[in-house]
Amino acid sequence: MNAGSSLTAAAALSRSDFAVPAIRCAGCISKIERGLLAQAGIAHARVNFTAKRVSISHLPEMTMPQLVTAIADTGFEAQPITEMAADPAAAEAHALLKAMAVSGFAMMNIMLLSVSVWSGASGVTRDLFHWLSAMIALPTVIYSGQPFFRSAWNALRRRRTNMDVPISIGVSITTMLSLYETFNHGQHAYFDGVVMLLFFLLTGRWLDAVMRDRARDGVSALLKQTAPGAMVLGTDGKTVWVDASALHPGMEMIVAAGERLAADGIVIAGKSSFDLSLLTGESAAQVVDIGDVVHAGTLNNDAPVTVRVTAAGPDTAIADIARLMEQAGQGKSLYVRVADRAARFYAPAVHTLALASFAGWMIAGAGWHESLLIAVAVLIITCPCALGLAVPAAQIVVAGALMRAGILVKDGSALERLAEVDLAMFDKTGTLTRGRPEPINLDEASPVQKAVLLALSRASRHPLSEAIRRALEAENVVAAKLDGVRETAGSGVYAQFDGKEVSLERPDGSVAYEGLATELRMEGYAPFAVHFADQLRTGAADTILQMAKLGIHSSILSGDRAISVAPVARTLALTAQTSMLPQDKLDAIARQKSAGHKVLMVGDGLNDGPALAAGYASMAPASASDAGQQAADVVFMGDSLAPVATAIRAARRTQQIVRQNFVLAIGYNVIAVPLAIGGYVTPLIAAAAMSGSSLIVVANALRLRSAAR
Amino acid sequence: MTGLALLIPVALGLGLLGLAGFFWSVKSGQFDDADGAALRILIDDEEDGL
Repeated sequence: MNAGSSLTAAAALSRSDFAVPAIRCAGCISKIERGLLAQAGIAHARVNFTAKRVSISHLPEMTMPQLVTAIADTGFEAQPITEMAADPAAAEAHALLKAMAVSGFAMMNIMLLSVSVWSGASGVTRDLFHWLSAMIALPTVIYSGQPFFRSAWNALRRRRTNMDVPISIGVSITTMLSLYETFNHGQHAYFDGVVMLLFFLLTGRWLDAVMRDRARDGVSALLKQTAPGAMVLGTDGKTVWVDASALHPGMEMIVAAGERLAADGIVIAGKSSFDLSLLTGESAAQVVDIGDVVHAGTLNNDAPVTVRVTAAGPDTAIADIARLMEQAGQGKSLYVRVADRAARFYAPAVHTLALASFAGWMIAGAGWHESLLIAVAVLIITCPCALGLAVPAAQIVVAGALMRAGILVKDGSALERLAEVDLAMFDKTGTLTRGRPEPINLDEASPVQKAVLLALSRASRHPLSEAIRRALEAENVVAAKLDGVRETAGSGVYAQFDGKEVSLERPDGSVAYEGLATELRMEGYAPFAVHFADQLRTGAADTILQMAKLGIHSSILSGDRAISVAPVARTLALTAQTSMLPQDKLDAIARQKSAGHKVLMVGDGLNDGPALAAGYASMAPASASDAGQQAADVVFMGDSLAPVATAIRAARRTQQIVRQNFVLAIGYNVIAVPLAIGGYVTPLIAAAAMSGSSLIVVANALRLRSAAR
Repeated sequence: MTGLALLIPVALGLGLLGLAGFFWSVKSGQFDDADGAALRILIDDEEDGL
């Protein structure tokens, strides 16, 4: 705090948010917060561990790249989060939490009073307690009932009905009738029932909202934002930082090695290689020269280049794919969730039942007061407490279990759809394979070579040296001590080891044609070429086998050429379609759909985006492109493919538990409703039945805690 | 009855106090980072930064 206290006195500080996906432990939190505070210009830094974000208060003159470097200095990679607008979904969860707290508070206090009424308070005491209950219940119903009243009103205005309509009618009629009873010194008031009903229902809603929030936080932290802007060369020769939204055609951007492009353009100076994996899913870098077209979102690997902008913002190739995705995703919004499907039958049934019992007792000559009391008891008893908890309770438990296993589920409907798939289509690069080059012949290097390799590769951020570094660090190799390390962009890393020249550089023609490779040169040793290949994910074959056991047939849809898909297809014994454009993948899914299949699409690249959006359900690895993760229903982490089968198994078990919950909830109604219609239900029985059935449903849902194993 | 006249308002008041405290904690963002809060107790504040 000390470093920042002198700054806080200064006038307006700016606030910027960054996604830092690598935050994993308490040590990371303190390292980032302390490291940032020690830097000039930063007043305050706060890590949000749940959302994997860092929020920084800093002097307004600090730019985005400066802040990203500041975080990098603490040892973490950060991506700026551009939109700072208040999040409507998070606000909704907060509102629900407050409403739940209020109803919970009111429920406890009213119950306290009700217990004395049930145990035989009479006369003035009973009236006093009823009046007190009314005073607590009225404001509570008005405040906590709002989410239901609003949703019911919206449905009625469109001449539809949903689960909230019987709830709203039940709550308001019961409250008014209980008030009437209280005025007339009546024996039964249902304030406790009303408030308890609200509490249980709000718990269900809140669980649902929390689940969506948690997954969304996790996914947005993983998202690799396309560049938020670029250094633009001004007419006076100076460079200024320009926001991506302010870029327009004709501007000249200077793109340093390791930066992503913020707009489409043509290279006008410099030569480098670009990582196009975001667009094509292909891991091999492509060499670009003056006059070549480059696209927004791609990564400059080797050397700085100057790019003249040809299209920015909504005109870029990326934006086109995003539009294609949006169209493809419209089908998904037509899916009706299980709970809503149940409500469609349930709501009219409840209304009819309550109305019928009112009419029945009127005809039987019971008088309107008693008939209304019985109708209200029917409404309260049938109000879907347990039904409202049946689905969200099961889904939140399984989402929590899956999250611990590294699988993020975006919302409940994703689980429901995932349980129904009967056909799986996999992308190749980055999905069945890891999507990044990995050294395959490091075993042939001598220990000295390994030590030097590690030291050299640590000096560069080129993807190939990072791959070497990861592999050697995993083997616990100790790095050699080098002097005078220098990196020449586009050619390699050079240094001295024991007074001899060593280098890790781009190989000459003879080795280069064999695919990705880099060469270690040391005096006194023959040059050692490190070859790279894209490896299959661990457990890929086993996962495909397990999918088959689940009755799901798998196949490959790839944008790559047949020659590079064939080895993977052979190893996994899958059929493959190759050289497919995003539109072709869409068509392939549409064909299966019209044949009556429910397709699970598993992919990662931006080119898979539309297909992911079109699939009945979709999954993407956490290494996937921004677009891929956004389009997918489920995102899984790690290098293994096993989460695909795990998620499907968990989703199917969830559906099983949800069905059991429905049976439990409806079964309770079958017993309780005849009692209510018969006029035997007192507030005591209503309260006991309601909480009992809700607890059973929640307890049943908790059995899913081990579903991700 | 006189006991009740005192005890009921006291019970309600204490409950309301708790509710107000809960509202305040939601508003001041204490529920925004539940996992982080669990980890922060492990950070040693006494240790001199550098």
